Amino acid sequence: MEYGEIILEAFRTMTLNKLRTGLAVLGIVIGIGSVIALISLGEATQSSIQNQIQSLGANLLTINPGAQRTGAVRGAAGGGTTLTLDDAIAIETSSQITTIQTVSPEFSNRTQVTTGANNTNTQVIGATPPYANVHKTTIESGNFISDRDVTEMTKVAVLGPTIVSDLFGEGTNPIGQTIRIKSQTLTIIGITASKGGTGFQNQDDIILVPLTTAQKQLFGTNYLTSIALEAKSQDVMTAAQNEVGYFLLARHKLSDPSQADFSIFSQQDIINTASAATETFTTLLAGIAAISLLVGGIGIMNIMLVTVTERTREIGLRKALGAKKRIIITQFLVEAIILTFTGGVIGMFLGIFTSYMISNAANIPFVVSPSAILLAILVSTGTGILFGWYPAREAARLQPIEALRYE
Amino acid sequence: MIHVSHLSKIYQADSIKTIALNDVSFGVKKGEFVAIMGPSGSGKSTLMHIIGALDTPTNGQYLLDGEDVSKLSDDELASIRNRKIGFIFQAFNLLPRHSALQNVIIPMIYARISRKEREERAKKYLTMVGLADRMEYTSSQLSGGQQQRVAIARALVLNPSILLADEPTGNIASIQAKEIMDIFKKLNKEGHTIVMITHEPDIAKIAKRIIQLKDGKIISDMINHKKGAV
Repeated sequence: MEYGEIILEAFRTMTLNKLRTGLAVLGIVIGIGSVIALISLGEATQSSIQNQIQSLGANLLTINPGAQRTGAVRGAAGGGTTLTLDDAIAIETSSQITTIQTVSPEFSNRTQVTTGANNTNTQVIGATPPYANVHKTTIESGNFISDRDVTEMTKVAVLGPTIVSDLFGEGTNPIGQTIRIKSQTLTIIGITASKGGTGFQNQDDIILVPLTTAQKQLFGTNYLTSIALEAKSQDVMTAAQNEVGYFLLARHKLSDPSQADFSIFSQQDIINTASAATETFTTLLAGIAAISLLVGGIGIMNIMLVTVTERTREIGLRKALGAKKRIIITQFLVEAIILTFTGGVIGMFLGIFTSYMISNAANIPFVVSPSAILLAILVSTGTGILFGWYPAREAARLQPIEALRYE
Repeated sequence: MIHVSHLSKIYQADSIKTIALNDVSFGVKKGEFVAIMGPSGSGKSTLMHIIGALDTPTNGQYLLDGEDVSKLSDDELASIRNRKIGFIFQAFNLLPRHSALQNVIIPMIYARISRKEREERAKKYLTMVGLADRMEYTSSQLSGGQQQRVAIARALVLNPSILLADEPTGNIASIQAKEIMDIFKKLNKEGHTIVMITHEPDIAKIAKRIIQLKDGKIISDMINHKKGAV
């Protein structure tokens, strides 16, 4: 009953002071909203980058011909002619190799591709069916390269979506049409789904042809430019790297790793590098969020402290009229809690809404960060309640007559 | 009703001692109307704060209705003020954004009176001071005299032992001041005990008894026989 009355009186005081209440709520809304929006955007960007890297293929090892550089000396003069399809088959069939799940031998080369009036310069990759699995490539329409295509050296091609729009225009379906590569005519049998990559590593800007077709009919070579391997899990990446490395050394009759005529890269290396970069980015955003939290907090503090003159006289009067210290403090605490709670809820929705709008506009995934919401609400309500309660407690301790005289 | 004996109040700021009250003793009986007069710095405000349980004396004893007020804690003093003292301040001290009705209700919240009765009593006292048609007005919409009448209604609403008025007409135009004094006279006739602090002889002369203070001491305490006194 008594607390009910105090809460009612707190409500009445707040509704009677609309400007003060409005400004305090606004301060809290901005503090909480900006922090939630910024941290959510940071996390969204980070997960977007991680996803793009993962889309290149998880648990991926790549064997490239040529030596790893150790010091100034190259171990062996490989020059891109040290890996063969036999190496790939040996890795796949060997009983010594236990950590590899899928093997994808590849030959890739940049060349000119033409169709009717249009032409483009792109990466042509000779591949076998496991390519799709290893590189997480999915087919949007048509079919992928089959085992039969590889054994029979058929003249077919699977196009990335960027190539389709470059050569045939946006939104067309060129399946069944032909393209010309190195004066050979290839029939388009499939289109890959977009991976959304950009720049140098654009996975949408490629043409896939059967490995044998690329080697024999287009580029006239017996070698591979890379063998992509999918390890059985993330945990065995290092073991797989060693296993394959020593297996190939033995196969190539080389006695120690410094002589290796190939090198093995792990997708994990790339992920690690990129993670380091996104971590820097996230730290930056956290810094910005911390500053906006501080600014929001100071805003809340200001509005709470600015009203203290008026509030001190009010406290003096209420005490003179018979309010006990505890009742005064409870009333002000209730006011601060209502203010920060209202502001907190509005700010939370505003922050989520803002990050939703920005992620829509910037085409990044929409992420709501619960930790950001928790942090923002804790800090803002903490500030609001502290600076609502502390001056009230100080004023409640004054003799009523001093508080009434307060200017 | 009020009994103060050998009251003194010393303010200590750094090394400077200020003696605001020096061995003051007097009593006020039920139904009296006392004016305390004196130049500024005479200690009359300090005396009023102690009588109003807003402050405690450094030395001496203060009995209010037989209860020793001089040694009570902060919260006990709040309770005494709530139950026994009705304040009327020079600056009115109304909550600026609360309506007249809400202002009168506030002391009753602290006295834990039921909502229904609070409203009834507040309306009754506002009607009594002639503000029946101004109950929903805030203080910015009321004249000084009207604000002071709200304050009088607020002071009366818990039926206190004494009404304590500190320069009640100090901030009010003279015509309205007369109305306020008429209310005081009427209240005293109805049996209310009033202690009023003023430096204006015109106002003081309506009281039945005038106590003169100077330099923290009572220099005269006499019954007012002049015409115009209650």
